[in-house]
Amino acid sequence: MLEALQYEFMRHALIAGLLAAVACGIVGVYVVVKRVVSLSGSIAHASFGGIGLGYFLGISPILGATFFALASALTMGLVIRRTRLPEDTVIGILWAIGMALGIIFIGLTPGYAPDLMSYLFGNILTVPFSDILLMLLLDVIIIGVVITLYKEFLLLSFDEEFGTVVGMPVERLYLLLLGIIALTVVVLIRVVGMILVIALLTFPAAMARQFTHSMKKMMVLATVFGMAFTFGGLWLSFALNLASGATIILLSGLALLCSFALTGLRKKSDK
Amino acid sequence: MATQEIVRLEDVWVRYNGTPVLEGITLSILEHDFLGIIGPNGGGKTTLLKVILGLIKPQHGTVLVLGKPPEQSRRYIGYVPQYFLFDRSFPANVLEVVLMGRYGRTGPFHRYSQEDVHAAEQALARMGMLSFRDRQIGALSGGQQQRVFIARALVAEPKLLLLDEPMASVAQDVQTEFYELLDDLKKTITIVMVSHDIGAISVYVDKIACLNSQLCYHGSKEISAEVLEATYKCPVQLIAHGTVPHRVLKEH
Repeated sequence: MLEALQYEFMRHALIAGLLAAVACGIVGVYVVVKRVVSLSGSIAHASFGGIGLGYFLGISPILGATFFALASALTMGLVIRRTRLPEDTVIGILWAIGMALGIIFIGLTPGYAPDLMSYLFGNILTVPFSDILLMLLLDVIIIGVVITLYKEFLLLSFDEEFGTVVGMPVERLYLLLLGIIALTVVVLIRVVGMILVIALLTFPAAMARQFTHSMKKMMVLATVFGMAFTFGGLWLSFALNLASGATIILLSGLALLCSFALTGLRKKSDK
Repeated sequence: MATQEIVRLEDVWVRYNGTPVLEGITLSILEHDFLGIIGPNGGGKTTLLKVILGLIKPQHGTVLVLGKPPEQSRRYIGYVPQYFLFDRSFPANVLEVVLMGRYGRTGPFHRYSQEDVHAAEQALARMGMLSFRDRQIGALSGGQQQRVFIARALVAEPKLLLLDEPMASVAQDVQTEFYELLDDLKKTITIVMVSHDIGAISVYVDKIACLNSQLCYHGSKEISAEVLEATYKCPVQLIAHGTVPHRVLKEH
């Protein structure tokens, strides 16, 4: 593994994994606690429209994905808040429309869409330096917002109605949280691909929840788990010559199941 | 100084999908009132509290809290919602939950100060819950959670406390203790308590109103059997208040 570090792509992969772990560790806690897992999945899939648009316009697909992720997050948030459409209906609609748009845009783009598979399924080994800079910038934004609005997001996750009563701008904070989730989706796309993003958003946080009842500790633990999963998955995929994104997800899924089993056993022996 | 009017509702109408839930409610709640609102489930009790809080906008009528629209005077209202099923494994401890009540004073972007923490600890102590300060909120019993939620409402130092079915999750044997706590609170705060249980509420409150879409309130604790029957649409037992509370069962 150490000699692998002399390759630039390996160093990039490790930095990308670290940045992804920080974003999914912090924001994943909100995704799990506020129960917006499928909403986040919808944001991730809708961002495929932006990847297609990026190819079509000849700009960076990841920029297109950023735009689409943010736009779909805000649209879904507003529709869920202000209309009577059921939440899961809205989630399904945006999910499918975003993907369909992406396929149409890619079809309209002349020639071959390079790297398409890496956006869909992730390839941590091919992350270019420009994307690492973008991931770093998004990480800084995410951390900044969460530090500034920690007590607001805690109240929003726990009891929205009480938040309104004590005068908190609940709808704006909800939209902001969805926006932060959208940015996290973009950070994670390069590492595990948009189809598997939802796993990194939920697995580390769900596992961290087994070990602590403090939201801050949960974020730190989830980040540590996220790092262990990305680095471990990267090493496994390198050693066994497997797809990196899928290996990372399978490793974290396995770890999560083991932690559930252990917690179950511990509770049983307590009784 | 005249007694201050805390809440004023005038001809308030609320409909859900065309079905009237509140019909022409007119109500005046004065400072230091301890008002119990009784009525059957679905009679609009929770809706009435949410109208006072400004969470539900009536289609018709005026709502004034401390002489202003509820949105502007919310920071003077403490609200204890009906026991709600939050996630039992939610990552927050008791102190963090009580601190949420200070939000209106602390405002956005600022962290809770030492003063906020001190106020939260005092509110917890008042509820006899200070020793649970660092416990996870979901690990407490229903009655303990209820006390924490009352502490969360009190920590904002409200002038008006709204309680929605506070006994629903409190075990029978601690209900008396709980009412004595309210008895102590009413010395400083105006309290409105909503319940479908006539028996439990009537001993401690000073005034009773009956609500079943329409409100019947005469600013006292005397309610006639006719009013109760009109509210519940069936014969009910009536409680008389003497030196010893006892029940008078009406024949039916």
